[in-house]
Formats: sequence, structure tokens, C-alpha cells
Amino acid sequence: MEKFQTLHTTGVPLPLENIDTDQIIPARFLKATTREGFGTNLFCDWRYRADGTPKADFVLNSPRYAGQVLVAGKNFGCGSSREHAAWALYDAGFRAVVSSYFADIFRGNALNTGLLPLQVSDAELARLLAGIEADPQLALVVDLPAQTLQVPAWGAAFGFAIDAYKKECLINGYDDIDFLVNQKPAIEAYEQQRAWAW
Amino acid sequence: MATTLFDKIWDAHVVRSIASGQEVVYIDRHLIHEVTSPQAFDEIAARGLPLFRPGQMLATADHNVPTLHQDQPIREPLSRSQVDKLTENCQKYGVELYGLGHQRQGIVHVIGPELGLTLPGTTIVCGDSHTSTHGAFGAVAFGIGTSQVAQVMASQCLLLNRPQRMRISVEGELQRGVTAKDLILYVIAQLGTGGATGHFVEYAGSAVRALSMEGRMTVCNMSIEMGARGGLIAPDATTLAYVAGRPFAPKGADWEKAVAYWQTLYSDADAAFETEYTFDAQQITPMITYGTNPGMGIPLTGHVPSEVPEGEAESFDKSLKYMGFERGESLLGKQIDYVFIGSCTNSRIEDLRTVAAYVQGKQKAGHVEAIIVPGSKQVEQQAIAEGIDKIFAAAGFELREPGCSACLAMNEDKIPAGAYCVATSNRNFEGRQGPGSRTLLASPLVAAITAVQGRIVDITKYLN
Ligand code: SF4
Repeated sequence: MEKFQTLHTTGVPLPLENIDTDQIIPARFLKATTREGFGTNLFCDWRYRADGTPKADFVLNSPRYAGQVLVAGKNFGCGSSREHAAWALYDAGFRAVVSSYFADIFRGNALNTGLLPLQVSDAELARLLAGIEADPQLALVVDLPAQTLQVPAWGAAFGFAIDAYKKECLINGYDDIDFLVNQKPAIEAYEQQRAWAW
Repeated sequence: MATTLFDKIWDAHVVRSIASGQEVVYIDRHLIHEVTSPQAFDEIAARGLPLFRPGQMLATADHNVPTLHQDQPIREPLSRSQVDKLTENCQKYGVELYGLGHQRQGIVHVIGPELGLTLPGTTIVCGDSHTSTHGAFGAVAFGIGTSQVAQVMASQCLLLNRPQRMRISVEGELQRGVTAKDLILYVIAQLGTGGATGHFVEYAGSAVRALSMEGRMTVCNMSIEMGARGGLIAPDATTLAYVAGRPFAPKGADWEKAVAYWQTLYSDADAAFETEYTFDAQQITPMITYGTNPGMGIPLTGHVPSEVPEGEAESFDKSLKYMGFERGESLLGKQIDYVFIGSCTNSRIEDLRTVAAYVQGKQKAGHVEAIIVPGSKQVEQQAIAEGIDKIFAAAGFELREPGCSACLAMNEDKIPAGAYCVATSNRNFEGRQGPGSRTLLASPLVAAITAVQGRIVDITKYLN
């Protein structure tokens, strides 16, 4: 996993609620056996017509917006557990998703992919969406060590919560496998003392 | 101290806690399938790690498989390569695989319970969000991402934050024609798709107790559709009767010992839940969804809402536009093109029996294509043994071979763009059953009656 520290970028607004992982990456693209390349099919059915031509009204096709932060409506990433959704966002160049609520499995998958799920309040989300739509060049700074999303033009810094352990992992590019494999003696001891096993 | 059912099981699986609050949780059973495992095997291989406890894993091929001619090689090259990769990985690492053609093959959440692998008091994970199904047995079962699949492969553990607890009680008796599927669609419509995020849900109350194991699995299956990490139901006599004698269930003295333990698995009388809801079973009627998330459900005889909370209008109208419905309208009389009976929510023998009992001696409407995809090879065999296959054939329903099929349309079983499908599956997301497909979620009974009538009707007027 790549290290995540500070991000100076702009945002891409997608103000829809309950965006499910079937929209982020439709099931028919899950046939690959590697992690790479899912970005081309990110939001495929919203982004392209059946004949493969881009839909001009979808934000990822708009020349107005670019950046490494996707700013999306409440309850982002609900539905299927497919980690491919996080891989697709990452592969398409996103490094953080801002929303006022994330589905649990997506949140975990994003953290394991090196994609920051950055939760703000409903009011902050509304302000950010409106701000980006008004000014697509609006600079955003994601400071993970300080746990803030800053909008320098507004002199504003929105704080966000992140699990202390997960924060360390992201900053250093560590993942849970290293940690868990090192727990082997404790795990084996646990297996020995289990009263029941069938 | 008074403890919830969930915490009793979780506590029994904590290997250790770490300073930041997470716990290393031991996983008893790890189920895998072809779609979310290849990258995890690669991860393990890239780090030169062995599988820690391959004996606690079980693999099946379900998501991608065709439901016709399973005795022949898979034609679609990408699906075939994914299934081949699973076979290759299972051979290389010594994981038991019930692949295509195997007598025990089927949807991962159907075969676990059917084989007695799903047991009360266990922790079960799978790289699939509907792992919550197994909670019906009083197990802590939940879906995980592929990175976590690799973690369990490497250590048989996960590093987790303990979720919050929610209890949903449904009291009273369900009315005629109202099934477990209606119960859970009703609950999700009340709570919304994010209503249980961060929680593990225990289902309780007399209406839940009265459900068969199949019904309980349907309920727990859809926990994820309201955002819950999982759902579970305390084991009782119904559970024990279902588990006893299954291939992987404990036997003899082990069985006695297991039962003694399982009988301690319930929420203590004054155990605390962060959130509690109680619903009246009498209020629940046959349900259907009209929108593009499972929370958008209404009684069959109800109306699409005309008012929505401020700020949600854009998503709501986008959804209605996709479905071709209007605010405030009734769905009664709408013509349906497809009926899909299958998926890990409703593809067990009880579901097939319900459909057969209704359609016996009737005919599906001429314009409807009705397919039934059993959840497993064993369900299929049982249906044949009971003569249910003949009832389906006579009524014009096509009984296919087992797999996930049109639930997520990774194989050839797709609903065409713009067509309406009443489905017994669990997700009505845009394009879930194929690009442009329009899904209406309902119970097997509603699906059967819809297939016969060819349009949405008030099923209470058509019950046998
Ligand atoms: S039947 Fe559908 S929901 Fe169930 S495991 Fe298969 S794809 Fe997932």
C-alpha cells in the first residue's frame, strides 16, 4: 500500500445519496483476477452509453472538474462488499472520498486500499458540494496527520475522525496482514485453549 | 454482567485487544468463491506466506457460473478463467472446493447451512456482503473485502472494531400471504439503507421465533441492505432440528457438548443494545420495491411516496426515472416481463416448494419469462426428487442449474434494458440484473403470483 500524507488537490462533486458499489463498479467487470485496471470502468453505466460513448452530463466526463478527491452524497459505498469499488476509485486517480456517511465494508476496504474515506457533517458536505460546483478550481488540502480537510480560500479547516491505528497504517503504508502474521503465537495459544471446536 | 448474544460470541473469539481499541478476532470458518478470492491468493503468494488454516476454508464456484449446461466447459472466457483460477488456487493450497458439477456446489450462503458448516456460536466470514445469512443460526457472520480475505488466509483472524448492537423485535403473528421476505423488506423500508450502519442486528420477537430456518436466513441475509455489519438470531429448537445430522455438524458426544454450549447463546434479559426497534407483525403486508435501493419498499397495494425529505429529491427522482415510475402512483396493474426466483435470499427448498404449491395446475402469463435458479445442487436434486421440477415445467417456469445467476448478472442470465423483473433476490440497484434492468424485489409467493398474472396484483386476492 502506498503511503498517504498530505494531498493538495481539487474536488469532483457527485451529490447523490446511497451510491452503491454496483454503480461504482458494475458486477460484470469483476471477472479480472488482478487488482489493476478497474478505473476505466469506474461508474461505467453512469459514465458511458451502451455504445461506449461518454455521457456528457456525467461529472467524470465534464471538463469542468478534476482532482483526487471525490465529494459524494450520504451513505457512500453501500451494498456489495466488493473491494473492487475502492480499487476502481484508486485506479482512476482518487485518493480520498468525502461524504457525510460511509457504508462499513466500503470504509474498511478503502482504508485497506490506501483510499481515505473522509467523513464530514451533512452541513459541511453541502457547503463543499456547493463550493466546488461554484468554483471547480477550489483548492482542497487533505492533511491526514492533522486530520483536517482545509479549504484555504475560505480559511476553513474541517476536522475528521479516523481510527488511530488505521491512520498510522495509511501514513506509513502498512497493512493488517503484517500485523496479524506477527500475532501468530497469540493466535496459536488461543486455538489451544478453546473449550469447544467442532 | 448482562451480555448480548452478539457479545457472547464475539468475546469468545477475541484473541487479544490492542491499544487503539481494535480486537484480533478469531474466525472459525472462511468461505471463498471465485470473484473475491484471486487477488487475495495473489497477495499471499506475493508475500510468500502459507495459508494458516486451510482446513477451516471451503470454496465454491457460484457468482460467475452459467445456469445451463454446467456439465460442459464454461463458454464465456473471463468467467471460465476466474473459475479455473479458483480451482488452481484451491489445489495449490489444499482448500476443499465444491466446484461446478460437484454434488455440493451452490451459492456459498446456501451450501454452508445445508452442509452443517454453519453452526451456532461460530464466527464466519466470506468475501461477500450476504455472509450475514449465516447469522440465522446464531453465528457472528459478516462480509469482508478482498484484503481481509487475504488476512484471514494468512492468520485466521481479523483486526476489527466491535460494532454497536441493535435489536429488532417483531411481535405477533404474520398475516396470511406475508412471509419472511416481506418482514425484512418492511423493516428495511422503515430503517432505510443506512439505518443500521455500524451495528450488528439481533432479530427477536415472536414473529421471528416462529420462522423456519429458511425464513430466518432470508431475514438475516438482507441485514446488509440496511447497512448492518450482520444480523443474527438466537439458536433454539428450530435451529437444532435443522442442524442435527448434517454432514459437518458435530456428532455423538460432540453434539451433546455443542448443544449444551449453544443453549447458553441468547441475550441476557437486561443486556443493553445501543439501538432498539419493535415492530408489530400485524402491520406487515406483502411488500414490493419501487426504486433502486432495497429501502425503497412499499406494501404491494401502497403508493410510491409523493413527498421526500428535503435534500433527497435529486436521488429519489433519478431513481424513479430509472424505474419508469411516478411519485404517488400505485404499482398495481403494472405489466412485468421477467420473474426471477433465486439468489441466496430465496432459493432454498422451502422457497421452491412455496412457488410450486402456488403454480401447480396454473400457467405463467404468456409474455412473462419465469426462471427459477436453485441455490445449490442439493436443492435442485431435492426439487427433482419431490417432483417440483415437473410442476414448474407444466406451468411454464424454467428450472435452471444452481448459481447466483440473475441476482447480479455476471453470467448470461441478464434482464434486458428497460424490462421489469420481479425478483426474489436482495438488490434492486441500477443495472444489478444487467445494464438498464428494472428490478422489483419481492417474496417467492409474490413472484409466483406475479408470473401467473403477468402484472402486479394484490396477492391477497389470489391466494390458493
Ligand atoms: S446470490 Fe446474489 S447476493 Fe447472494 S451471493 Fe450470489 S450474487 Fe451475492
